[in-house]
Amino acid sequence: MTAASSAPVLEVSGLTRAFGGLVAVNAVDLAVQPGQIVGLLGPNGSGKTTALNLISGVLRPDSGSVRFAGQAIAGMPAHRIARLGLARTFQLVRVLNGMSCAENVKAGLAFHSPPLSRGEVDDSVDRLLRRVGLADRAGVPASGLTYIDCKRLELARALALKPRLLLLDEWLAGLNPSELLIGIELIRSLKDEGLSILLVEHVMDAIRSLCDRCVVMNSGRRIAEGRPDEVLADPAVIEAYLGVSTDA
Amino acid sequence: MSPTQIAALAAGGAGLVVLALLPFYADAYYLSLAISLLQFTVLATAWGLFSGPTRYVSLATTAFFGVGAYTVAVLGEVLAWPLVLLIATAIGALMAMIVGISTLRLSGLHFVIFTFGLAELVRQLVIWYEVNKTRVLGRYVFVDITQNDIYWQLLALAVAVFAIGWLIARSRLGFALRIIGEDETVAKHCGINVTLAKVTLFAISAVFITLVGAIMAPRWTYIEPSIAFNPTISFQVVIMALLGGAHRLWGPAVGAIPLTLLFEFLSARFPSTSTLIIGIVFLLIVYALPQGVTGLWERVSRRKSEPPVAPQVQT
Ligand SMILES: Nc1ncnc2c1ncn2[C@@H]1O[C@H](COP(=O)(O)OP(=O)(O)OP(=O)(O)O)[C@@H](O)[C@H]1O
Ligand SMILES: [Mg+2]
Repeated sequence: MTAASSAPVLEVSGLTRAFGGLVAVNAVDLAVQPGQIVGLLGPNGSGKTTALNLISGVLRPDSGSVRFAGQAIAGMPAHRIARLGLARTFQLVRVLNGMSCAENVKAGLAFHSPPLSRGEVDDSVDRLLRRVGLADRAGVPASGLTYIDCKRLELARALALKPRLLLLDEWLAGLNPSELLIGIELIRSLKDEGLSILLVEHVMDAIRSLCDRCVVMNSGRRIAEGRPDEVLADPAVIEAYLGVSTDA
Repeated sequence: MSPTQIAALAAGGAGLVVLALLPFYADAYYLSLAISLLQFTVLATAWGLFSGPTRYVSLATTAFFGVGAYTVAVLGEVLAWPLVLLIATAIGALMAMIVGISTLRLSGLHFVIFTFGLAELVRQLVIWYEVNKTRVLGRYVFVDITQNDIYWQLLALAVAVFAIGWLIARSRLGFALRIIGEDETVAKHCGINVTLAKVTLFAISAVFITLVGAIMAPRWTYIEPSIAFNPTISFQVVIMALLGGAHRLWGPAVGAIPLTLLFEFLSARFPSTSTLIIGIVFLLIVYALPQGVTGLWERVSRRKSEPPVAPQVQT
């Protein structure tokens, strides 16, 4: 399936994790090639967040392998995975409310190995806050931010790790239409800089305009893989979404 | 350095000289009171060093304290005093690392219960050993340490615990701990080895507590497990740190000083009901001052410095 000439940044195969009797992620395969945005789709409860948790080290897989930049990382502690250059944001946005915006970004910069110099950290804080559009908020407590600004701050913190791969869990959810356009442009600009991204998303416009490939999950299993237009036209995918359309 | 910093440093230095000379102008009663004050200041500050940023409530204070005291009871006569303290440091650190590695993955509530159980376990082990192996329950502490020596050692330890706390707050470890206190999952995803950070801090805190136990041991000429591993100390230290506010380095000391005086007074006046009164004080503090005195002080001074804001009208 991965016939590309360069090795994938992320290669997941047979990824499985059960909670009690519920198999939340069931033998899932997926790959992200360098510089690609891959969408991970699926109805509510299909196991997308669990898959990200397994990749980023929050949870241990029951079985399956995860290779990141050629290294086997399945079951590795989250902090080591982060240090290898795999960053993420959270579905329920997580900022450090007791700290300023600058300190939130610094959290992502302070634990590189080898450590950055103080000057490098300060420069990077400014650059990253500017990057996400929070240049004038450096000293503001994160608890005073609006919802979209929290999302921006979380993204800046993730980018502070200098990641090779970014996992975004519904980063665009809850934005209004104009904010959505800004968000989509921001993600596209990250891709233009060469970052590889695995994007969990429900917003169809974003998926169509951003993703190179998509993987669709339902009840823990992968039910489709391909280009966004192909995948979204797949009868199995349509059925999966319609099957749970009562709360959509 | 700014003039205010220099002034603060000079005032601190002068205060330290006054404190260091105390044995020359205070009588035995006040010296003994000063020893109690220093003891609880160091214990509460050391406790806050770990529990403040991590928000884990440890009831293991008496376990480390007792281990320090017993190190002196066992080795005090055979080895030179600095060596005894060094060994106490090593034992405290080792015990903290073992406990830390095996428990800091637990949730906060399980950790409280585990640390409480740990103190009891260590006490029972010592009792078992003394009854079955040495065949006596208590030990005499024969070391050549005067009350003055105890006082000066505690004073030095107090300076050290504040210095270390100040340095940690300015280090990468200190920043890591603030992040862990805010959100542990985020901390891990920032590349922080959360377990290592917590165990390191727990060990630093435990070493100070163990040393207090070791330094205090000569104050009793006779010790037995129920004296060295007295669970009341663990609770008193928690109350003091919470009263002062464990989120600031100097917070626990702010609570330790008035409460030490209160507890001394209570145990002298109402020896039979003092534990009950301590319990009531504890409830009042948690209920009335959840952020401690320092938290209250910060809120008040923030309110003063900010102009009053008109209440926002919802439209
Ligand atoms: N820690 C956990 N313990 C037990 N069950 C869990 C846990 N995490 C997830 N689950 C269950 O696993 C299934 C998949 O959840 P997951 O959060 O991965 O879905 P999702 O695809 O991200 O859904 P959504 O689109 O709503 O975010 C759900 O049934 C959920 O209840
Ligand atoms: Mg999810």
